[in-house]
Amino acid sequence: MDAQTIIARRVAKELRSGNLVNLGIGIPTLVANYVPAGLNVFFQSENGLIGTGPIPEQGMAHPLLTDAGGKPISALPGAATFDSAMSFGLIRGGHVDITVLGGLQVDGGGHLSNWMIPGKMVPGMGGAMDLVSGAKRVIVAMQHAAKGKSKIVTKCNLPLTSARPVDLVVTDMAVIAFPGGKATLLETAPGLTVAQVLAVTEAELVIPDAVPEMAL
Amino acid sequence: MKAVSAEEAVAMIPNGARIMVGGFMGVGTPERLLDELVRQKKSNLALISNDAATPGKGVGKLFEGEQVSSMIGTHIGLNPKAQQQMLGKQITVDLIPQGTFVERIRAGGCGLGGVLTPTGVGTLVEEGKQKIEVDGKPYLLETALRADFALVHAFLADYAGNLSYALTARNFNPVMAMAADTVIVTAEHIVPVGVIAPDHVVTPGPLVDYLVANG
Repeated sequence: MDAQTIIARRVAKELRSGNLVNLGIGIPTLVANYVPAGLNVFFQSENGLIGTGPIPEQGMAHPLLTDAGGKPISALPGAATFDSAMSFGLIRGGHVDITVLGGLQVDGGGHLSNWMIPGKMVPGMGGAMDLVSGAKRVIVAMQHAAKGKSKIVTKCNLPLTSARPVDLVVTDMAVIAFPGGKATLLETAPGLTVAQVLAVTEAELVIPDAVPEMAL
Repeated sequence: MKAVSAEEAVAMIPNGARIMVGGFMGVGTPERLLDELVRQKKSNLALISNDAATPGKGVGKLFEGEQVSSMIGTHIGLNPKAQQQMLGKQITVDLIPQGTFVERIRAGGCGLGGVLTPTGVGTLVEEGKQKIEVDGKPYLLETALRADFALVHAFLADYAGNLSYALTARNFNPVMAMAADTVIVTAEHIVPVGVIAPDHVVTPGPLVDYLVANG
């Protein structure tokens, strides 16, 4: 299984029936492909839709129905559309149960940086800051390391997305939570030992007595 | 409400005007007004728009002829021209969180001085802003945003200027239609009064100053 599939499948296990979920671009988008059968989850697209469906069949796309990246999507039965004030009211107001976002860095205290690299990449934060500030549960879905460098760092040196720590980080190597503000290793990816995870993790991790492998 | 041509509508917009343009990545943007802004070579525009769309689409068209002098938005990552002009300091770009962007415009249209939001507290966004504690929780004071002109795209407009929107093309349009001195609207379809039932009107006709006739 490739890294992205491991991450997307593991994040999908966090979804519960009835949840309103916002998926960011990149790896988070893949989570929708692994929603367990029978689970009734509502996906929000922050450009004004609850009930996003799969990419439409050829010839079935509508130019006025797109995801937040401007790409054609479909809407499922029961879908609802609304303006951007409503959309961000849902996000900031705590009506979104889970947001899944990509990350550049997460630090030992659970702080996320995911919107700019000063001097290099300054696209703008879009909806990321509101999502991290307002969603009930924030899950980061990202690779554990980039070019051999840990993305789980002691302290973020990139600008923060929010002062609020995230709830869970799912990487291709590990699942990490932050009880009491301390990064804690909950699970390892199938076939990996705790030592192998620690070898590519810059932040200090609390290691509980039992660290099971991810169930995918 | 007065019916005008796209040419007449854009002729009213002076160089240097502060314009608010609806749309999200070009979806729900009044393309005919953008084309006309390009044709009439309007310059030095202060643009308020969620994003810079992509080259050749929506407000993206304004960056090709370097018609924008400043922008307030939330994301310009998918328009390399806008990025280049920002990094080359040809234009100033104020990037703000999307929820804050829309609430500032909503405040501008609703007679509020601003809003208090938790978004951005403890980040670069809080720089230079007033922090206010309410019931022990910190918020940023984000001030209202208005424009000289709002360029709005609807799905249906009736002869009285009542508007309704479609799917994800609604986005910032109804909020911006409240927040400018002059509101100019294009619509996919212009229909007789009564086709849009009163319960389905999203933007009431009295908010619309000019409706661009469909050619």
